[in-house]
Amino acid sequence: MRYFDHNATTPVAPEVADVYAAALRGVPGNASSSHRAGQDARKQLEQSRLSIARVLNCAAQELVFTSGGTESNNLAIFGIACGDRSSRRHVVTTAMEHPAVLEPVRQLAREGCDVSFTGSLTGEIDAAIREETVLVSVMHANNETGAIQRIGEIAEVVRARRAAGQKIYLHSDGVQAFGKIPVDLERLGVDLYSISAHKIYGPKGIGALFVRKDTPIRAIQFGGRHERGRRPGTESVPGVMAFACACKLLAEYPAHELGALRDRFERQLLETLDDIEINAHTEDRLPNTSNVLFRGISGETMLIALDTAGFAVSTGSACSSGSIEPSHVLLAMGRSAAEARSSVRFSFGRSNTLHDVDQLADAVVGIVRRLRKSRERRPQLAAY
Amino acid sequence: MPLTDTPIAVAMSGGVDSSVVAALLKREGFQVVGLTMQLWNQRRLPELVPETGATGRCCSLDDVYDARFVASQLDIPYYVVNFEERFEEQVVKPFVSDYLAGRTPIPCTLCNNFIKFDQFLEMADGVGAEKIATGHYARVSYNEATGRYEMRTGADQSKDQTYFLFGLTQQQLARTLFPLGHMTKPEVRKLAEQLGLPVAQKNDSQEICFVPNGDYAAFIEAYFREQDIDASQTEGEIVDTAGRVLGRHQGTHHYTVGQRRGLRIAAREPLYVIATEPASQRVIVGAGADLHRSSLIATDVNWVSIAPVLEPRTAEVKIRNKHVPAKATLVPTDTATRVRVEFEEPQRAITPGQAAVFYSGDLVLGGGWIAHAGTN
Repeated sequence: MRYFDHNATTPVAPEVADVYAAALRGVPGNASSSHRAGQDARKQLEQSRLSIARVLNCAAQELVFTSGGTESNNLAIFGIACGDRSSRRHVVTTAMEHPAVLEPVRQLAREGCDVSFTGSLTGEIDAAIREETVLVSVMHANNETGAIQRIGEIAEVVRARRAAGQKIYLHSDGVQAFGKIPVDLERLGVDLYSISAHKIYGPKGIGALFVRKDTPIRAIQFGGRHERGRRPGTESVPGVMAFACACKLLAEYPAHELGALRDRFERQLLETLDDIEINAHTEDRLPNTSNVLFRGISGETMLIALDTAGFAVSTGSACSSGSIEPSHVLLAMGRSAAEARSSVRFSFGRSNTLHDVDQLADAVVGIVRRLRKSRERRPQLAAY
Repeated sequence: MPLTDTPIAVAMSGGVDSSVVAALLKREGFQVVGLTMQLWNQRRLPELVPETGATGRCCSLDDVYDARFVASQLDIPYYVVNFEERFEEQVVKPFVSDYLAGRTPIPCTLCNNFIKFDQFLEMADGVGAEKIATGHYARVSYNEATGRYEMRTGADQSKDQTYFLFGLTQQQLARTLFPLGHMTKPEVRKLAEQLGLPVAQKNDSQEICFVPNGDYAAFIEAYFREQDIDASQTEGEIVDTAGRVLGRHQGTHHYTVGQRRGLRIAAREPLYVIATEPASQRVIVGAGADLHRSSLIATDVNWVSIAPVLEPRTAEVKIRNKHVPAKATLVPTDTATRVRVEFEEPQRAITPGQAAVFYSGDLVLGGGWIAHAGTN
């Protein structure tokens, strides 16, 4: 099985697995305990926090560990917007967000908060902001198309509002961007930023939320005083240590090099096949992501055919595979339902070689031809 | 000659029949790929779902869960594929518009023609499968003398499904396996037990998969509400065969030919629906004797086991699923796909929209859609 679904998850790097396994045995303490076993766990936890903070260019105190991207997004959204219920609150987000942002925002709406779903252009977001807007949430890079949003520009808009006295904060879901493009939280200018270990060759079940100093976030779950009271629950010290290891390794595997594989793959398809298009081709994209529209072919069929041939790909967010709706991201970009259903996502990663990519392209070309022939064999069929 | 050296794509619904098909083929050493077709979103039209939930119906999450469970037990690759858009276009919308046009449709046949034996074949091509297999009770064989694939009724007459399969083309039949065709339902259940399948005791699916409790009118009205279609346009008059107005009705989709209940008209003799007239929205009622007709016109005829008939020939013809085939003569018309069926004995409630399927013994000759009954 050759794996081209790195935006869904990545295999744990061997170095990370070593750290994780060693910590499971070697760091048994509870980081909140007073004894030395606890002190050792605390030391490992805080050193890991510091090393992740260095990679992100933020302060260690600004990182809250969570169970992953979904929890980080929930904490950011409810933690900011579920504040003072006596005043009106409004939240702005985009229609292209991951369900882990869309659904918390929809839940806010059900609880009586005003929400707006806009396009992702800075102007559209600016226009949607009102006096009572407390939170703007825009993903850094899209999981399906790889499109990178202009978070720096949006941060300037939000900061200008804040300079004028408005209590408004910017959250960005960086789960897909982190590890694939440089993320410097100081320069990016966001107030909250979600990351997840399993997208960067770390283990599943660990993530973090960056909360800039002086951002008034409330806890959304209640218990002990862990994570400065912002996220109660015994910390997964081995998970955090593995996460820190995965962060450190990022420098050794520059993700921009994946762009060469991706571009070669797309070039081969475009040169060989008619009636295909690259979704979000003209946009600034993650170097590893290719979302291809195969006109007249069901993306689902393509996925299954490739899986049978030994290649793992995706039709969109893993969270919605096998499900009903065509990709909301592609629909929001203006694709029709039929076009969205004819699109397949290829996301490349560390283990992929040029040879793998050539084999993938050959397999895709073979399947497209087979399926188009299948349609010709069944002439009574209307166009898909 | 091996049956096939490529994988076999099995349509798995999560029920006992298709689960046994997958298990049998796997046991016989074939490479099997399981696929479940997601056809209808049960979350739509929630007012139709009983409070106890939508279990036991096609495409419910329970069924997908069962199919996935069986596939994992058999250790075969398994996928859920979404055909909802196409199902709505090619099955649900024609179903609704047929009712509004005064016909009584059979969505299962449309689904077989346009989804199960068409879209599904594309999936099969995708996984490199030359053959597909389903749990239908029907038999297919190749006749070297005629060069045609022939279809015969399932060995279990009470479960025979050929009435819904008359639209299959030779190309479709060439790629289709019905491994249960020679078995009875009790044998299938027993085999499911022996094979240790978790669905061995599961109830049979009932009626039309996307219509809860068989209440077609409630489905159509709920669909109208969802699509913002004014339902009152289907209301109209109830008249007798002489055209006298006897009352009003709530919509033509509440009525099918031969129906007695729900007319709410006092009369000395029992009254039956003789026809519904879509243009005028009138429902015509009459005495039981008015229901009997001795001929019908079938359109869009597909010839299955034999070449198109050029001369009149005898056959047994089934005009609804539970009808006992009646002796008749098939008379070709000027149009190749249009056949006049002349029965030896008049038949009760020949219903436009249903199929007329032609048999010779257990052999399925072909079939078409009933356009209208002939005049006596």
